[in-house]
Amino acid sequence: MPAQTEKPSHAAESAVAPAQRDARQAVAAGPASASRRALLVGGLVAAGGAAVVARQAQAQTAPAATGAGNMADMAADPYAADTGGMMSGNMTMVGRVDHARNGFDPTAMLTDWDTGRTEILPDGRTLRIFEVDAIDMEIEIAPGVFFPAWTFNGRVPGPALRAKEGERLRIIFRNLGSHPHSMHFHGIHSARMDGITGAGLIGPGEEFVYEFDAKPFGCHLYHCHALPLKRHMHKGMYGLFVVDPDPALHPEFADVAASRVLGSPENAQWQELAMVMNAFDTNFDGANEVYAVNTIGMAFMNAPIKIDKSRPVRIYLMNATEFDPINSFHLHGNFFDYFDTGSQLVPTLRTVDVIMQCQAQRGILEFSFADHEDGLYMFHAHQAEFTELGWMGFFDVSGGRGE
Amino acid sequence: MTSENQLRRPPFIRLMLLLLPLATMLGAFVWIAALDPLRSFNNGAPPVEALTVERTIIDANGIALKLRAGGSAPMVIAQVAVDDAYWSFTQDPAGPIARGNAVWVQIPYPWVLGEAHNITLLTNTGMTFAHEIAVAVATPKPSGPQLRLQAIIGAIVGLLPVALGLMFYPAMRGVGQGGMNFLLALTVGLLGFLLLDTVSEALEQSAGAAALFQGSAMVWLAALASFLMLMAIGRWRGNPEGIALAFYIALGIGIHNFGEGLAIGGAFAAGSAGLGTFLVLGFALHNVTEGIGIAAPMLRARPKLWTFAALTLLAGSPAIFGMWMGSLAYAPQWSALALAVGAGAILQVMVEVTAYLLRQNAKWQVALMSPPVLGGFLGGLAFMYATAALIKI
Ligand SMILES: [Cu+2]
Repeated sequence: MPAQTEKPSHAAESAVAPAQRDARQAVAAGPASASRRALLVGGLVAAGGAAVVARQAQAQTAPAATGAGNMADMAADPYAADTGGMMSGNMTMVGRVDHARNGFDPTAMLTDWDTGRTEILPDGRTLRIFEVDAIDMEIEIAPGVFFPAWTFNGRVPGPALRAKEGERLRIIFRNLGSHPHSMHFHGIHSARMDGITGAGLIGPGEEFVYEFDAKPFGCHLYHCHALPLKRHMHKGMYGLFVVDPDPALHPEFADVAASRVLGSPENAQWQELAMVMNAFDTNFDGANEVYAVNTIGMAFMNAPIKIDKSRPVRIYLMNATEFDPINSFHLHGNFFDYFDTGSQLVPTLRTVDVIMQCQAQRGILEFSFADHEDGLYMFHAHQAEFTELGWMGFFDVSGGRGE
Repeated sequence: MTSENQLRRPPFIRLMLLLLPLATMLGAFVWIAALDPLRSFNNGAPPVEALTVERTIIDANGIALKLRAGGSAPMVIAQVAVDDAYWSFTQDPAGPIARGNAVWVQIPYPWVLGEAHNITLLTNTGMTFAHEIAVAVATPKPSGPQLRLQAIIGAIVGLLPVALGLMFYPAMRGVGQGGMNFLLALTVGLLGFLLLDTVSEALEQSAGAAALFQGSAMVWLAALASFLMLMAIGRWRGNPEGIALAFYIALGIGIHNFGEGLAIGGAFAAGSAGLGTFLVLGFALHNVTEGIGIAAPMLRARPKLWTFAALTLLAGSPAIFGMWMGSLAYAPQWSALALAVGAGAILQVMVEVTAYLLRQNAKWQVALMSPPVLGGFLGGLAFMYATAALIKI
């Protein structure tokens, strides 16, 4: 806090400076807000403060300066909001989301891959079958803030579907919601399976079976393609769709490919996380009120993600933010390799600490905290606005657990 | 059936005739409340929400807002964002806010002197209510020195111009019938401007009040009621004239100045920053005509010195009380109400001064359209308009 060295002359100056700003404000705001009285007050305060009683004017400006720099004292207030050990002080949401009532937990979602069930086809290939229901559901997206969502399987984002390159996929989609919906997969498939009108867009109570081969490998997404698209997207109808590369098809990078195959011995050492950057327009005005990863604002501030620093980290990251053209991911105290769309086995960006993603853009991040001190390492969107409206979290890094 | 027949009915029958519709009405209300026949119209839409920020206090503890709920159901403030950042807050009293109730929300936000801050209140349904602090300045504390400072400003606003105007009294005494007509018409003209100004300011204030106060309807009804009541009081013992009429004018202007003081005190409490001393001078000039108007009907009387002092206090001192009340307990609906009452009072005075003017002239039809009267009326309007323009940006 800067020392207060106010002399009466300073007080007069500081009383006049905001006055000039006020004047500009009033002119800019036009007649509606620049009421004669408000301006008169200005004049009177200036007259009273600067000319008539300079001592009072000083008293008037002094609390402002101290007040602006003295917010640390707030923490001592017994009525202050519970900050739950958060390191953001008062920049936080008040309260906690009831994950049990929602039926999904953003932390559990990080590692909750839906691999469906499998059968062997006559030609020896694997047929992987997923079942997805569209369900209308009110969800709590920030403490005490409820959003009338449209969901896949009762969660936002929808289930993180995971298959292996070359498998035959069958997705049985039932619309239990109140509006027409579909599943449009990013990937390679026929026009009949596209999830647009006439190709798997179904009404309430109907069912459709999408069938196609799992290709190309990578970190993809699926979403509802019913119109109006914006409404169906920001209501929560999107999810990750990950196709693991088949090491046999990529002999020159077989070890890299093997490390990405869920359940393989090479994959076991990785800590893989599914993260969907999303946001919610709670008042339906075309701008988002709450930003998050995996739906719940500030979720990973309140529950930092445990990271075992002896094992590398791989994040499947996707941007499902509607209304804002881009979102971003920034990691504190570390750098990472980035695989755009995950459809490459060599990084498309090496040693970076911020990447940005347009809507529906996605990729794989790989990094390690092996040589770091234990501690809380923040990650967040580097649009400061998104950060402070919910999209920030911590990795709780500590050594040598597990493995 | 004539009224005489009705009067001849036995008292019991007359009582029944009154009680029957009352009982039926009561029964209908109970039926509606119990059966809820409107239930079938419920289409599942969420309740309408409304929230009004009545006061803003900025100090070392951050930002405090007084909120009044006006929704169709109790409302819940779930989160508060300041400048697009979710911020911790405390609500007093806590819990859902019932329709018509008010709470204080305290936000420990490190506000910046002289800069703008935008507050977004997010309810549990995701509705947002925005409140802008155009220029953040610490809200003055209602301390002894602060109240004295406000009294000085109130005196500059209210007492000084009235006293200055009354000082024209000796010079005005020598005028003839034409000059007299001119001064009275001038009074009506300046009051006409004050009436329009007061009504528009009352409507503006009421627009910022919670919906349940029914903004413009409240303003018009309060103005009409105060006009009728003051007319009735004024005519209690015949038509007011002379010193009595001067007191009515002073009362009307006093109520106007009270509403003005209330608005100034409210803006003062909200930390409105200053523009310049020339505005005070402009305001004083603008209101000098108030004193001239008060003096005009007394020109044929012989008022004592204390009369002038009393008139000055009656017309001017309410500005000081308005300042204090406005800074201590400001709410837009109370400002609107005070201004509306002032508007009614001004209209009453306009009617009385016009009536007095007409009684002063044998051929009132001729006098009404005479150059002194028309010139005075339009001159009063023009003078007020011009000086108002000086101090308006
Ligand atoms: Cu849909």
